[in-house]
Amino acid sequence: MIKTPHVDWFALAPELFLLGAAGVALMAAVLLPRRIRRDVGALAATAGFTGAFVYAILIYVHTPEVQSVIADSVRRDRFGALAQVIVCGAGLLTVGVAFGGRMREHIAEFYALLAAAGAGMCFFVTANNLMTLFLGLEWFSISLYILCAIDRELEGSLEAGLKYLIIGGFGSAVLLFGSALVYGATGEIAFNKIADAISAQHLTGDALLVAGLAMLIVGLGFKASAAPFHQWTPDVYEGAPTPVTGFMAAATKTVALVVTLRILRTAFPQEAHLWTIALAVIACASLAIGNLAALAQRSVKRMLAYSSISHAGFMLIPIASDNALGARALLYYLIPYSALSIGAFAVVAARERELAAPVTLDNLAGMGWERPLLGVAMCTFMFGFAGLPPTGGFVGKFYAFSAAYEHGWTWLVIVGVVATAVSLYYYLAVIRAMYMRPATELQLGAAAPVAGGAPPRDAMLQASVVLSLAVVVGSFIAVEPLIHVAKLAAESLPF
Amino acid sequence: MGWLTTSLILLPLGAALLVWLFPWDPFTAGAIALLAAFGEVGLWIECLFRFNFDKGGLQLDQRTSWFSDLHVSYHVGMYGFSLWLVGLTVVVQAAAIIYAFWAGRTGARAYFGLMLLLTAAIVGVFTAQDLLLFYVFWEAMLIPLYVLIGVWGGPGRLGATIKFFIYTMAGSLLMLASIIVLGLSQGTFDLTATYQSSSDWIFLGFVAAFAVKAPLFPLHGWLPDAYRESPAEVSAVLSGLVSKAAIYGFIRIAITKFPEPTKDFRTVILVLAAIGLIYGSLLAFRAPDIRGVIAYSSLAQLGLITFGVFAVNDLGLNGAVLQMVNHGLISAALFLLAGGIERRATTGDFSRLGGFARGRPLLATVLMTTGIIGLAVPGSSAFAGEFEILAGVFSVDWGYAVVGAVAIVLAAMYMLRLISAVLHQSPGPAVSPQALDLRPAELSAVVPLVACLLALSVWPAAITQRSFTNDQGSKDVSTQFEAAK
Repeated sequence: MIKTPHVDWFALAPELFLLGAAGVALMAAVLLPRRIRRDVGALAATAGFTGAFVYAILIYVHTPEVQSVIADSVRRDRFGALAQVIVCGAGLLTVGVAFGGRMREHIAEFYALLAAAGAGMCFFVTANNLMTLFLGLEWFSISLYILCAIDRELEGSLEAGLKYLIIGGFGSAVLLFGSALVYGATGEIAFNKIADAISAQHLTGDALLVAGLAMLIVGLGFKASAAPFHQWTPDVYEGAPTPVTGFMAAATKTVALVVTLRILRTAFPQEAHLWTIALAVIACASLAIGNLAALAQRSVKRMLAYSSISHAGFMLIPIASDNALGARALLYYLIPYSALSIGAFAVVAARERELAAPVTLDNLAGMGWERPLLGVAMCTFMFGFAGLPPTGGFVGKFYAFSAAYEHGWTWLVIVGVVATAVSLYYYLAVIRAMYMRPATELQLGAAAPVAGGAPPRDAMLQASVVLSLAVVVGSFIAVEPLIHVAKLAAESLPF
Repeated sequence: MGWLTTSLILLPLGAALLVWLFPWDPFTAGAIALLAAFGEVGLWIECLFRFNFDKGGLQLDQRTSWFSDLHVSYHVGMYGFSLWLVGLTVVVQAAAIIYAFWAGRTGARAYFGLMLLLTAAIVGVFTAQDLLLFYVFWEAMLIPLYVLIGVWGGPGRLGATIKFFIYTMAGSLLMLASIIVLGLSQGTFDLTATYQSSSDWIFLGFVAAFAVKAPLFPLHGWLPDAYRESPAEVSAVLSGLVSKAAIYGFIRIAITKFPEPTKDFRTVILVLAAIGLIYGSLLAFRAPDIRGVIAYSSLAQLGLITFGVFAVNDLGLNGAVLQMVNHGLISAALFLLAGGIERRATTGDFSRLGGFARGRPLLATVLMTTGIIGLAVPGSSAFAGEFEILAGVFSVDWGYAVVGAVAIVLAAMYMLRLISAVLHQSPGPAVSPQALDLRPAELSAVVPLVACLLALSVWPAAITQRSFTNDQGSKDVSTQFEAAK
């Protein structure tokens, strides 16, 4: 008889909640009449994300010490729990953004997949060996491939899904290959044992190990959409249904970056002299490519896609700094960043719904005056992305740069500062379009006018936007408690 | 008593939220803004009485930790000279809001909310005693200005805002890098902590931000467009207050924290200021419209004030503070008057103006008085300020004093040209005989500014002897100036 390991169900509660929700939503898709599928699916996803959110907080509170559970394959610690909280919060907001959408076909499946992707992410961030790492990665990736392609009436959705599938599959394969090389070099799959093996067998600089490490970074770089592994990002972000784009920008990036930090710090501390440089280079490339390419975009979704590439760069800076301050900075920054992404894409989604057309800088014209709430929110989000007060984006950038300085890399601070200056131009372009150019001045053609008066109120979407706004501004004021939370979470890692 | 300083920041902020969150009609929104502006003036007068000028040093301060792991705190308070600059801010903002209320800006709630936000940010800059907090207010100034110019500005506003924003942000981000390096290397971001740095690079990061905002020659590229395209009262705030924030930064941070780099770069900065002073005066003399004259005269005046600051002695600094207040009041009053003239004549071009004095005695008197004070006629407060600055800079090198004296002659030329082109000569094609004299609302915006100028002309020592009062504590600003010499 096979001896099964002891299972800590509490540690798995967020995943189980979300899987349960996914199951309920899937059942609803088959068993319930068409007209209530959307409501039941959304309700199930809301319940799942709320439950997972609460349990992630409980895990955070009740895990002062790091615990290895389920035969050492999963870590139960505050670091993972905080990431789970962010993912579940992002998921919850996404449900609100998606609820008022036009899509009716396969809508319950949509919520099921969203919950399943959330579950996969929650599992991914707690992974403690190369097997569970890959399992978690594929789990949420496959859900996201389908989510990108699910809206068959949306032009480009299928293309986005396919592109994401092929390039994401390639990324996963690289990651898997890297895992195999690392296993081959060390004979271990658990992260902490890899580190032990490296020091015990004096493997520092071993060719096989370094090649494996490089491939792991590349694989995770694909998911974080860091340059030069970003080519899929603009097309997929533009083609996917907008709520899914927001979820990917917030949650996928969160988990990819958090896991990058965990694996590098836990498994490869002896190789820090290599990967800090590598990540700094990737960060600079992301900042350069993301910001420069965003300048040329007219489509708002594409512009935000490039902005998310540049933010991968900003958030790789604290990881590359390889210090406790950097870990704190990353975990803090992810909170306002996730809210900024979801909120910005939510406003785009709202505009898309009233125009029934892709949102460009031109057809944003006058939106600020027509929709005061969304306009002010979008303004704040743009200032937040640009790192201006009073938003958490400012404090996040400040911490990220501080971490780089503490590592002794003043040049990286300068690069980040210059990148921020460049980024202002395209973030301000959105505000300019919304407030400073009346629609008449642009002489828009037939695309712009809103058909049939005011669109129906979309209370759920507006609630999500307001919540995002509250997080963005609140994280600026309540820095101390959030940093404290991030600090305790970062202490789970061996610094 | 730190709550006084804090409420100077929170009152306009709260009023801004009040204006934004509820569906007021335009009149009520304006009235709320006006009330808040008057409340600010009242609070400042209260500060004036509570402030102990004999004691000197930092007063009315309040400190709360913001995030402790990097030692950043919410720390506000006022020195003597900050008190005067805050006073300038509340008075000019009140005048600007009165003017905007009278002019009836569209989108009143958005407009007045932003004006109040701007007030809070400027007061914050003048009172922040923590580097990061200073930066937060510094950037917070930019956001309302950007929207105010971009939405309510003239036809060329989009270009003007882009230029303005990119110029100033490039400077401020360099300052952010400097702040991070300075704060982390010192282990605290508190400005009142006694430390000094000798790093040229950090110093230059700060100087970049201040030199763009002031602006100093050759970083003034954004200035003519921004001053011409803004609504009149926003131009008044921009040239009257925002430029002073830059000079304040020079005094509070650049000189006090970097005595050695200040010494090294003093000649460069003084020469740039001298070029700006002459160049700005000449451009003002050649400018074809009212706003052009005031804009370029601002460039010149800021050069002169920089003279005083980088003389780094008591005379120069006291003169600089007095001249900051003077210039703030003068340029604000002139921009508001320019706005009134443009509303009447639909243009500010001198070629189409003239003869405004006939039948409009109030306008003629107010413009004449402001202009005469502006050209530093002996007996005026501007004369006192410029005299002290020149005396201060004379002790550095007599050459600068000569440049300054030449510039004062030029100032007389451009100011008299402005007055005569608008008020005298035969009525221009754009001046209709029906154009009214100054309305009571306009008077109530401009006359207090002129009254303040007259009061300062009578008693300039109110400011010069109450800015850097001696303080035994080593933290005091003026003591650090001594070390810098």
